[in-house]
Amino acid sequence: MPVKTKKIKEEKQNVSDQKGKTNGIPKLKFNSGWEYAPAPESTSHIQLKDRYDLFINGKFTKPSSGKYFETINPATEEKLSEVAEANAADVDKAVKAARNAYVRYWKKMPGRERAKYIYRISRMIQERAREFAVIESLDGGKTIRESRDVDVPLAANHFFYYAGWADKLEYAFPNRNPQSLGIAGQIIPWNFPLLMAAWKIAPALAAGNTLILKPAETTPLSCLKLAEIIQESGLPEGVVNIITGFGDTGAMLVNHPDIDKIAFTGSTEVGKIIQRAIAGTDKKLTLELGGKAANIIFEDAPLDQAVEGIINGIYFNQGHVCCAGSRLFVQESVYNTVLRKLKDRIETLIVGDPLDKNTDIGAINSKSQLDVINKYIEIGKKEGAEFYQSGCNIPGKGFFCRPTIFTNVAQSNRIAQEEIFGPVLAIQTFRTDEEVIEKANNTPYGLSAGVWTDKGSKIFNLTTKMRAGVIWANTYNKFDPTSPFGGYKESGYGREGGLHGLAAYSKL
Amino acid sequence: MGKLEAKNSSFSISENGLEKQVTNARVEVLKTYKIYIGGQFPRTESGRYYVATNNKGEQLANVCLSSRKDVRDAVVAARSAFKGWSARAAFNRGQILYRIAEMLEGRKTQFIEELVQQDVSKSQAQKEVNIAIDRLIWYAGWCDKYQQIFGTVNPVASSHFNFSVPEPTGVVAAIAPQDSSLLGLVSVIAPIIAGGNTCIILASETKPLCSITFAEVINSSDVPGGVVNILTGKVSELATQFAAHMDVNAVVYCGNDNMVQKDLQTKGASNVKRIIIHKDVNWFSDQGQSPYFILDTEEIKTTWHPIENIGSGGAGY
Repeated sequence: MPVKTKKIKEEKQNVSDQKGKTNGIPKLKFNSGWEYAPAPESTSHIQLKDRYDLFINGKFTKPSSGKYFETINPATEEKLSEVAEANAADVDKAVKAARNAYVRYWKKMPGRERAKYIYRISRMIQERAREFAVIESLDGGKTIRESRDVDVPLAANHFFYYAGWADKLEYAFPNRNPQSLGIAGQIIPWNFPLLMAAWKIAPALAAGNTLILKPAETTPLSCLKLAEIIQESGLPEGVVNIITGFGDTGAMLVNHPDIDKIAFTGSTEVGKIIQRAIAGTDKKLTLELGGKAANIIFEDAPLDQAVEGIINGIYFNQGHVCCAGSRLFVQESVYNTVLRKLKDRIETLIVGDPLDKNTDIGAINSKSQLDVINKYIEIGKKEGAEFYQSGCNIPGKGFFCRPTIFTNVAQSNRIAQEEIFGPVLAIQTFRTDEEVIEKANNTPYGLSAGVWTDKGSKIFNLTTKMRAGVIWANTYNKFDPTSPFGGYKESGYGREGGLHGLAAYSKL
Repeated sequence: MGKLEAKNSSFSISENGLEKQVTNARVEVLKTYKIYIGGQFPRTESGRYYVATNNKGEQLANVCLSSRKDVRDAVVAARSAFKGWSARAAFNRGQILYRIAEMLEGRKTQFIEELVQQDVSKSQAQKEVNIAIDRLIWYAGWCDKYQQIFGTVNPVASSHFNFSVPEPTGVVAAIAPQDSSLLGLVSVIAPIIAGGNTCIILASETKPLCSITFAEVINSSDVPGGVVNILTGKVSELATQFAAHMDVNAVVYCGNDNMVQKDLQTKGASNVKRIIIHKDVNWFSDQGQSPYFILDTEEIKTTWHPIENIGSGGAGY
C-alpha cells in the first residue's frame, strides 16, 4: 500500500519537472535488471565467546550480580553472545582498580613509555582489523564497507596519533605544565562503538589518566575485543577497565565519588542529566551530544557532488550519526533538479545485509531505535510534510528502514527540530544567504554543518557564520584523528581529536 | 561624596524648632548608582534598592537591587549586540579594549576615592586601579593573538585543508569576585569581550560602587551598547537566573560557595551551558590574567575544505 502511493507521487513529480522548470533531466530507470550478486564478508575468522565478563584490573571478571544480558545481531535478530551486567559493586571495583593503577604506575610512568603502550594498541587493532570490522558490523548493523574502511582504520589511527602526544604535552599548551586529571569515567554510544572507544581511551591515556569505559548495551562486543587486545598489549593492570551494562551502570559510574572526569557521548537528554548529576562536584566534564546539522546547497554548487554529499551526510551509518546532515537546505532555483537527482540516487541505494560488500545502508541498531525512527516518520506525515521513500526491498527479518526524505518541511516541524538518528532527511528551501544562515542556525544544536557552493568567498562567509563545531565545505562526514570534533550550544562542550582533544584530559 | 549628610554644613536644633546655621558651603551633588543595560543607565525595573555600606556599617549609597526582569533585559541587549561585536575585526576589538584602559587612566582619582570609601587603603587603591588599567591593556593585546595561539592547522590524512579556530561562545553571564570592587570586575569582563562575546556582569554585592562608575568608562570607550551589561544585586537572587536563562551560553562564577556552584551547574544544564568556576584566584597577582581565561568562553570550530588532487586521483569531495 505505501509503495503504491509512492509510485504515483513519483510520476507526478516527474511530470511537473518536465512541464515546469524544464531542467530536462530524464527519469532514470531502475528496472533494467541490474542485480548485484551477493558478496558477503566471511565470519569464519572471527572468534566470539559465548559469554563476556567485565574487564577489570586487567582480568575478565564475573559480575558480582551474576547477571548477563544478550547482545544480538540487529540484521537477523539472532543472539551473538551475552555480556555481564555491572552493578554498583563492580563499578566500585573498577574505579578502585583504576585509582590503584593511576597511583602506582601510570601517573609515574614517563610519557615516552606510555606512548609505547598506546602505539602497541594501535598496531594490534591494525593487525586484527578484519576481525574488528566484522564484529562491528555483526553487533551494530553497520555496513562492512563502512566498518572496514572508516571505523576500524580511524580507531587504530586515533590511538597512533595520540600515542605521539604522550611525551609532548608541554608543547600542546603554551606557558603551562599540563598534569593528568586522574580517573576518567567514559560512556560511549552504539553508533560507532570501537571508534568512540578510541576517541575516549587514546587521549585519556596519552595525557596520563586511567579510566573506566562503558560501551552501550546494544554494542559491547568490539569494546570487549579491544579489552582482549589491551590485555595482550601488556598495559599495566587497571589502567583501562571496560565494564558493560545499561544506563544505570553508566549512572553509577557518573556518580562514583572517586571519579575525576566524565566524558560522555550520546543524546542531549542524557547529557543534561549527567551535567545535573555532577553539579556541585569538581568532576571535569566533556559532552558530545546530539545534532541537527544543516547541509546547504547553493545554486552554483557542483550538484552531482552535492547530491553524493547529501546521501553520505544523511544515510552514512543508517543516519545514526550525531553530525548527520539531517536538514537539507536547497536554493530555490535548483530545488527541482536537486530533488530529482536525490530521488534517483536513493533508488539506487541497497538496504540489507550489513556484511554484504554491496550494501549501502545496513541494519538499524535496535528495535527501539527503529521504533523511534518510525515514530518520527509518522510525526512528519502528520505535520503535513511530504513523505518519500525509496522503493528498495528490505529483508524480512531484522531492523531496517528505507532511505526517507520529507519535502515541504516547515522550520517549526518536529522533524526539522529534533534529532531522529535515522535515515530521514528533512528538506527545506531558501532564496538568500542571510535567510539560510538564519534558518540553519535556528536550532538548539550546533554540532556540524555542510556548505556546497563553487564560490570560495561564499564558503567562508557561511562557514564563519554557522554556529557549529565542525563545518564541511563541499564535502561531508569526514573524520580524522588530527581534526577536533565537538559542538556548540546544546551539542555539548569540549573537543575530541587533534591537539584540542588533549585539553579534555589535562589540568592546565 | 558618599556620606549622605552634606559635608561642611551643620544644623542645630533650637528649642523653637529647626533653625539654619550660617555655614553656606556648596552642597555636594550625590551620584545615583543605576545599572547598565544596552548602553543605557536605567534604574532597576523592580524599583528595589539596597544600601551599600563600608566595614563600619556607614551608608555609602543606595544601589539598585536588580531583578529577574533586569537579567532578561540585559540578555536581550547582550544577544542583540553579539552579532556585531563578534564580527568586529580582532584588531578593532583590541583598540576598543585599549580605549577602555585610556578612559580608566583618565578617571583614576575617582576610582581611588570610591575604593577608599569601600575600606581599601589609599596605596592599595592606587595599586588596584593601576593593575586594572594594565590588565585591560594586556587583554587588548590578546584580542588578535589568542587565535594564533589556540588555533591549529590539522594535517588530515585525506585530501583536505583543515583548520580549527576559536570563536566566541555567545552571551556570557558572570558573577564578579566579591572581594574587589574594580579589579575583579575588570579581570572578568576583559577576557570575555576580548574573545568576542557579549556579557552580563553581576558586580560585587558588598562592594558595588566601582562597577557603575566603570560602566561610565565603558560607555565612553566606543564599546557598543549591549556588549557589556552591568547589574548590581544579590548573588543569591540572580545567579540562579543566569543559570536558568535559555539564551545565555556560559556562566562564569568567581567564588567558593558550593551551593551557588551546584545551583549554576544544575540549572545550567537546561541548555548545556558552559559553567566556568574560578575558585581562590588571586586577582591581584599574575594568576588573575591568562589567555586561557579567554579560551574558557570560546568554542573551537573546525572547517574542512577539499583539495583538488589532480594526477594522483581522489579529490577530497
